[in-house]
Amino acid sequence: MSATKDIRLMKGNEAFAEGIIRAGCDGYFGYPITPQSEVLEYLSIQKTKERTGMVVLQAESEIASIHMVYGGAGCGKRVVTSSSSPGISLMQEGFSYLAGAELPCLLMNVVRGGPGLGTIQPSQSDYFQAVKGGGHGDYKMIVLAPASVQEMYDFTKLGFDLAFKYRTQVMILSDGAIGQMMEKVELDEQIPRLTDEEIIKKYPWVTTGKTSDRERNYITSLDLNPARHEILNRKFQAKFKKIEQNEVRFERIDCDDAEYLFVAYGSSARVCEKAVQLGRAKGIKIGLLRLITLFPFPYDEVARLAKQVEGILTIEMSAGQMIEDVRLGVNGAVQVEHFGRLGGIMPAPEEVLNVMEEKFIKTKVYA
Amino acid sequence: MLETLPITKEEICKPENLVYSRTHLMTDAALSYCPGCGHGTIHRMIMEVIDEMNLQADTIGVAPVGCSVLAYEFLNIDMQQAAHGRAPAVATGIKRLMPNKFVFTYQGDGDLAAIGTAETIHACNRGENITIFYVNNGIYGMTGGQMAPTTLPQMKTATSPFGRNVETMGYPLKITELIAMLPGTYFVTRQSVHTAANVRKTKKAIQKAIEYQKLNKGLSFVEIVSNCNSGWKMTPVEANKWMEENMFPFYPLGDIKVPK
Amino acid sequence: MAKVKGEIIVDIERCKGCQVCISACKENVIGMSKNLNRKGYHFAQSTNEDCTGCINCALVCPDGAITVYRARLN
Repeated sequence: MSATKDIRLMKGNEAFAEGIIRAGCDGYFGYPITPQSEVLEYLSIQKTKERTGMVVLQAESEIASIHMVYGGAGCGKRVVTSSSSPGISLMQEGFSYLAGAELPCLLMNVVRGGPGLGTIQPSQSDYFQAVKGGGHGDYKMIVLAPASVQEMYDFTKLGFDLAFKYRTQVMILSDGAIGQMMEKVELDEQIPRLTDEEIIKKYPWVTTGKTSDRERNYITSLDLNPARHEILNRKFQAKFKKIEQNEVRFERIDCDDAEYLFVAYGSSARVCEKAVQLGRAKGIKIGLLRLITLFPFPYDEVARLAKQVEGILTIEMSAGQMIEDVRLGVNGAVQVEHFGRLGGIMPAPEEVLNVMEEKFIKTKVYA
Repeated sequence: MLETLPITKEEICKPENLVYSRTHLMTDAALSYCPGCGHGTIHRMIMEVIDEMNLQADTIGVAPVGCSVLAYEFLNIDMQQAAHGRAPAVATGIKRLMPNKFVFTYQGDGDLAAIGTAETIHACNRGENITIFYVNNGIYGMTGGQMAPTTLPQMKTATSPFGRNVETMGYPLKITELIAMLPGTYFVTRQSVHTAANVRKTKKAIQKAIEYQKLNKGLSFVEIVSNCNSGWKMTPVEANKWMEENMFPFYPLGDIKVPK
Repeated sequence: MAKVKGEIIVDIERCKGCQVCISACKENVIGMSKNLNRKGYHFAQSTNEDCTGCINCALVCPDGAITVYRARLN
């Protein structure tokens, strides 16, 4: 039979769930929370145990979920959890331990508005929490920002690959809009799960039972010897540096001749993409730098564009978090302004274009 | 008439006469525990059973936060160190993905019965096929002897310096009895290691727990009431006596739930 | 006369001098040395020839410092 493309109409959360199954996931541990409950629901109805042998378990809390992920990751398994903002706050303890023990895993935050219980509507106000740490200690995790349902799917395999390449956590920082919206998704072939033998061969550090041919393995984030612990932390930092050098991802939309620039990610980037079209129809040369990795952040690309454009407007569904990194990249070269909607409101393309014009174009004094 | 001994010390101490030595499943590292602390004995009993059942290559242990946080330095098996209280969740993750391995947690009373209560109760209630070794000494040892969920009424600790007042500080938690009520647990017992006879009983309980894990019938839970002579501010021998007189009446030894 | 004869070897550097082995020994074999080990503990030692090799001391020793031998006397 000739291979036909497997294209489906799916919710973002469902695409993520189908993505992890097809990427060879061994275990998913999660707890329901709006707006990402479809992940656990989808996995439950898929009978993953029969499909691929993948374990799906509803835990008693997000705290338990992330520590179940820790246990599985310590055995070299491809493990996943997902949640939304309040649940992700609960998981911060586990993230810190995973970082300290250098365990690979895939996480997803379908961000909703905060602080506190906030709202179930989409938001991007967990940027700092995701890219600046969140839990205690000096650590980072790779943060991928999908802007479509297709990317919710695609980033699962990419996430696993990066997680195991660097022995690190990878977080997909989505939002309530991307998680809930339906779009077409092109699916790949099933990647087989690794056998225990393959895992042991590939990852000699895993705890799978001490055999006579090796020393015991242990997974820990503890080292009470200050000198050793400093060396360990420097090793972590070197790893994050390497990630910054190798893994920056972004998309330039109409940037080549841009005089004004949006910087955005996720849902906001979709809004900006339309605003770019509207602006260009009016004769304003606007471009969009869409961030795909939030850590590592594309500081260099931002710096390059800062020399080219006359103004940068960051669009976020937050009070202004990513703008701090944009300003670090710009380093004073050009004016950077922020516009964001809060409370779970998505800005409209006309709205952000209007802000761009108000802040940079209408105030421009022509010689 | 004084008989001269027919055998010299050198003749006795030959390999063929060896009747007891530390199992090779304990590493050579000096234990970080205080003199007389039960942890060392409990570690050794678990390792003896794993050795005798030839399970070293099939065992994954989970160490807690507390005095036994460094258990992986002493036990010559693969181990994971868990966050405070989360060992049952970590063990769940391991066992679900490695169902043919023997998976156990080793937890103290602060770890298991305070901060980790939810993880403990739910792992037990799900009937996870893991084994929990629960060391109860009624105090937070590592942090310096503060009040634990298991601290006895009127017992003095660093944070109950005038004795635990149950009216303001709550009651000691008999979590083992609570766990025994859950349908997910298969074998629940309470032992001690302060005398040789009790060590032998504890070892039997450990053997049973491991055998039951192979049956996939649910969670086995072995509490070991132990001493904390540093926290209790007694000599090790006094601490063992105090434990008999005060801990055992409140935490009576014996099986609490046995398979029918 | 006993039909078996035991002997213990204490790993002096592992011993922390907790004396739990002394209370476990029914034959009153074990006493504390006046000497110190490198950590500064008085360590346990065999003080007479009454050991039966029952292993009780070794079982209760938290540090696994005691090795026990038992020979049959013909």
